[in-house]
Amino acid sequence: MTTLAVVSAGLGEPSSSHLLADRLATAVANRIDVDTKVVHLRDLARDVADNLVTGFPGARLRRVVEDVVGADALIAVTPTFNASYSGLFKSFVDVLEPGSLVGKPVLIGATGGTERHSLVLDHALRPLFAYLRAIVLPTGVYAASSDWGAQAGLVERIDRAGAELADLLAGRAPAAPAAPYGDVVPFEQLLNGGRPTP
Amino acid sequence: MMQFGVFTVGDVTPDPTTGRTPTEAERIKAMVTIALKAEEVGLDVFATGEHHNPPFVPSSPTTMLGYIAARTERLILSTATTLITTNDPVKIAEDYAMLQHLADGRVDLVLGRGNTSPVYPWFGRDIRDGIDLAVENYALLHKLWREDVVDWQGRFRTPLQSFTATPRPLDGVPPFVWHGSIRSPQIAEQAAYYGDGFFANNIFWPKEHYIRLINLYRQRFEHYGHGAAHQAYVGLGGQVFMRRNSQDAVREFRPYFDNAPVYGHGPSLEEFTEQTPLTVGSPQEVIDKTLTFRQHFGDYQRQLFLMDHAGLPLKTVLEQLDFLGEIVPVLRAEFAVGRPADVPDAPTHRGLLAAKAEVVR
Repeated sequence: MTTLAVVSAGLGEPSSSHLLADRLATAVANRIDVDTKVVHLRDLARDVADNLVTGFPGARLRRVVEDVVGADALIAVTPTFNASYSGLFKSFVDVLEPGSLVGKPVLIGATGGTERHSLVLDHALRPLFAYLRAIVLPTGVYAASSDWGAQAGLVERIDRAGAELADLLAGRAPAAPAAPYGDVVPFEQLLNGGRPTP
Repeated sequence: MMQFGVFTVGDVTPDPTTGRTPTEAERIKAMVTIALKAEEVGLDVFATGEHHNPPFVPSSPTTMLGYIAARTERLILSTATTLITTNDPVKIAEDYAMLQHLADGRVDLVLGRGNTSPVYPWFGRDIRDGIDLAVENYALLHKLWREDVVDWQGRFRTPLQSFTATPRPLDGVPPFVWHGSIRSPQIAEQAAYYGDGFFANNIFWPKEHYIRLINLYRQRFEHYGHGAAHQAYVGLGGQVFMRRNSQDAVREFRPYFDNAPVYGHGPSLEEFTEQTPLTVGSPQEVIDKTLTFRQHFGDYQRQLFLMDHAGLPLKTVLEQLDFLGEIVPVLRAEFAVGRPADVPDAPTHRGLLAAKAEVVR
């Protein structure tokens, strides 16, 4: 079955970032069969900090990273702190191995106290995942405090984003399992400056 | 037979319990004292790091090892690691051949790339070329020790024409080389290609990572026809602190752990102990943990322990070496149980010389 990792960096309880992440996941699940794994980074804050210091993930964080890296798609939601993603959100991205998210469909979401921060999606999240060579969906969803009580707007945006991700996943081959050291470069090729030997 | 020993990075670190920082002179002499003590308590190997930036002192390994060679009889002198990227391979060939003669063959090397990016430009290099440098420089070093007259052209150094590195290796047997890496499959591949040893300094990371890396080395060692996978030469790191009572060891070591360079101010001592080879406890606990390495990585040849970093005072380190002297005979006996007869002994000059004579005959 298609697997979907949902990562939320919300800190509060209840958290509007968690809520937005859940709504986005539901919008996908309403359209296609998905096996969803939800990650609340708040519960892993110390594990992430330890990984930054030691260079390796502890057992609990490693399982989460494997879930995220191995999923067919990722929903990533962060609160807006000082006009950008939160430090915890970025630190989690920073502990992923280079290349982990290449080609992975990512639906981005952000929450904030005011709608004036809505460009955080396009000024912070989208460039980050573009750098990581993920496939960032055209629609990102920003939810300000006022959106949760609005007559319309947020629900439609969530729905549109969920539909985009579901459509993309429907036509895609499943993610290949990560195989560390699966393809060894033969030493003759290394001796030849990395070029294949004739 | 397995070899047991100590390796040091040669850091000058304040003792967090007293705030006192040793002088460079004190630290250098302490490293020598540790090496002499290693021989005294019955260990086989002393290995020094190579660094070119404070807070580390050992920038000139063969100077130190030559001095230790003169004051020891049995101890094998090694490195952890010799920088194959930023040193000229010609100078490595000469320095270590000279040391080999002075030490009557008690010399081998662990080659590594070095992961401190500013060091590279100080020697006219670029860390982004790290793997390429390790590959090309070692190809030259390997040749210089095996061919009396070398013509050479490569990407990273001036060409050589009719060059002879002097002195020639003792008895025509080059020092044994281990390739050290904590995460690069290319280095495991390199070690396998030449049939050299692979030293996995596993002390900072969980075993799962090294199981993959060492298995890769073993499979490729077999692929290149040097023997079966279980006959490849594997060396491992370890990090221990012992007192008679486990609780005393934990209490005494905790401030050094909490403030240690590399992993300090991160996970707790208990978490790190669970996830990495670090063992803080009684001698029996260290024996038990060290014996698990064989279950994870297969029968192996060399076990080195890091004993003297993070500001531990010399007196404490020497006490730790007494403990090592106590447990190593137990480890030797236990590791020998069930070890297949066709697993090679740890490499020595004498062993390599005998193997060479065998081939000639």
